Amino acid sequence: MKYKSQKVAYWFFALSMLLLVLQLVYGFVMGFARIGFDNLHEIIPFNTARAVHTNLLVVWLLSGFMGAAYYIIPEEAQRELVSVKLAYVQLISLAVVGVIAIVGYHFNYWEGRKFLEIPRPLDFLVVANVLLFLGLILVTLFKGKRKTTTALVLSMGLLFAALLYLPGMLPFDSQVLDSFFRWWVVHLWVEGVWELIMGGILSFLLIKLTGVDREVIEKWLYVIVGITFLSGVLGTGHHYYYIGVNKIWLIVGGIFSALEPLAFLAMALFAVNMYRKGEKKHPNKLALYWTLGAAIVSFVGAGLLGFAHTLPQTNIYTHGTLVTAMHGHLAFWGAYGMIVLAIISYALPNLTGRKLYQSTRGRAAYWLSNIGMIGMTVAFGVAGVAQVYLERKFGMDFMEVQNEISIHFVVLILCASMFTFGVVLYIIDFYKHGKPNDEALELAE
Amino acid sequence: MLSKKQARAFFLGGTLVTFLIFIGLTVFSLSGPQDQSNEENITESVVRGKLIWEENNCMGCHTILGEGAYYAPELTKVIDRLNEKYDGQGEEVIKSILMSEVPWQPNGRKMVAYGMTEQEAQDMVEFFKWIGEIDLNGFDRIVSPIAKRRLNNQN
Repeated sequence: MKYKSQKVAYWFFALSMLLLVLQLVYGFVMGFARIGFDNLHEIIPFNTARAVHTNLLVVWLLSGFMGAAYYIIPEEAQRELVSVKLAYVQLISLAVVGVIAIVGYHFNYWEGRKFLEIPRPLDFLVVANVLLFLGLILVTLFKGKRKTTTALVLSMGLLFAALLYLPGMLPFDSQVLDSFFRWWVVHLWVEGVWELIMGGILSFLLIKLTGVDREVIEKWLYVIVGITFLSGVLGTGHHYYYIGVNKIWLIVGGIFSALEPLAFLAMALFAVNMYRKGEKKHPNKLALYWTLGAAIVSFVGAGLLGFAHTLPQTNIYTHGTLVTAMHGHLAFWGAYGMIVLAIISYALPNLTGRKLYQSTRGRAAYWLSNIGMIGMTVAFGVAGVAQVYLERKFGMDFMEVQNEISIHFVVLILCASMFTFGVVLYIIDFYKHGKPNDEALELAE
Repeated sequence: MLSKKQARAFFLGGTLVTFLIFIGLTVFSLSGPQDQSNEENITESVVRGKLIWEENNCMGCHTILGEGAYYAPELTKVIDRLNEKYDGQGEEVIKSILMSEVPWQPNGRKMVAYGMTEQEAQDMVEFFKWIGEIDLNGFDRIVSPIAKRRLNNQN
């Protein structure tokens, strides 16, 4: 690392890893409930497990993004963070709000709105926390010696992500409007501004790992995020087909969401091409694996599997079935999970001075988690397609269908075990790097 | 060849234009004759029902308007479906499930026992009735096999 204040990133990454492990635990609770082992029902009923599982996902990714920003912004702006103390305050308050929310879900303290279950009073704390974070990042950037495109795109993504949280706080009496504006948050996050964050991190990593000229990489970054918004904003329409709003969304959502895979395709081609072009052979191969992996898996998970059920003619049958879970898992893993693990893999050796680049454990973590996740996606997919045919086409009863497809959840749990094993190996590697220290300053890349 | 400046203009311009169109379509689709969200039939009871729906995170297992967690049945048109299964007693069945003090376990999959009052259960029924009357661009026929059959018989 080049600046002492970058060390704060380490603790955001550590929090991120802790929350990831907890997320997996609640995933298993749900998986077992689906095959009849709902023994924890009294303490953790399915709706609690589900809310915790998805919210932990959001928080570990956000913690990872924040860590990434605290690592990347000083290096791009060429100065220390404006206040390390406040960054730690922000870290602790993030963890505290997260813990209150998660504990609250076990005591019916929630809002019951998919992905945005955090109750209103806590929403305000989230807003305060994010404002503090943005303040630190933006002031550092504007006081910095240079304002690179990479830093601007990353900061813009974080700023818009904060702004877009607000429509989710509007109260509505109508379920339709509630749902409509909830997607302003959820869709415009994951298929919009989070892609800016992903693009910013990806661009930073490619500059560092491949040695390709910054100007070339950043030019293509603009093109990619341009395609993202061009398709993604109006692509929000694919959530509006069947929730009680006008048919105009069938046309608009259908056309623009069909274009959404292009942004991910561009991202994958961009990463692979820059890697081929690059003359620099950076020794941190693991970071390169995760970086290229994120670009490719996000194209498959978010792009292709999203496209598979995005057209209104298909979606009328798949809307509200396990097909969505299939797409959701590989998309989040590829686009956001892997990019967070990529920046951690890159930053850790620089923060701690321990260059564990060649570890077999690290490579095993990569392959086991990815193969496990692909297996999970296939299991969800088979279960989802079977559900569509039996329930939606042949009109069988919901629970009869669930019993028929429960075998796929046995497969899901086996693949999830493999995935978890990979993640645990990754975390062992994380731990083996030790804590960040100032001696690592001389070891800057 | 594309310059960085042009690339930036493409990004900023494209974003601005699509976002303005998005806002325009939102206003268009939610206003006047285009609105099909059944807004006019929301009663106080429906609003209370929605609040109960949220406070208990029903979406954490069920789906409604196709949104939720796929662990328990879709509840759009649930009254119609149960009416057919239980000789027109759909509303009563829903109320007894919601008021039960022991977990309802159809086919072994447990639902949390909410032990609601008669009034709360009635509010939920009103909420489901309101949901059932929304024009869902055809999705209602897919999730309600009864609606599908009825439609086929009419033709």
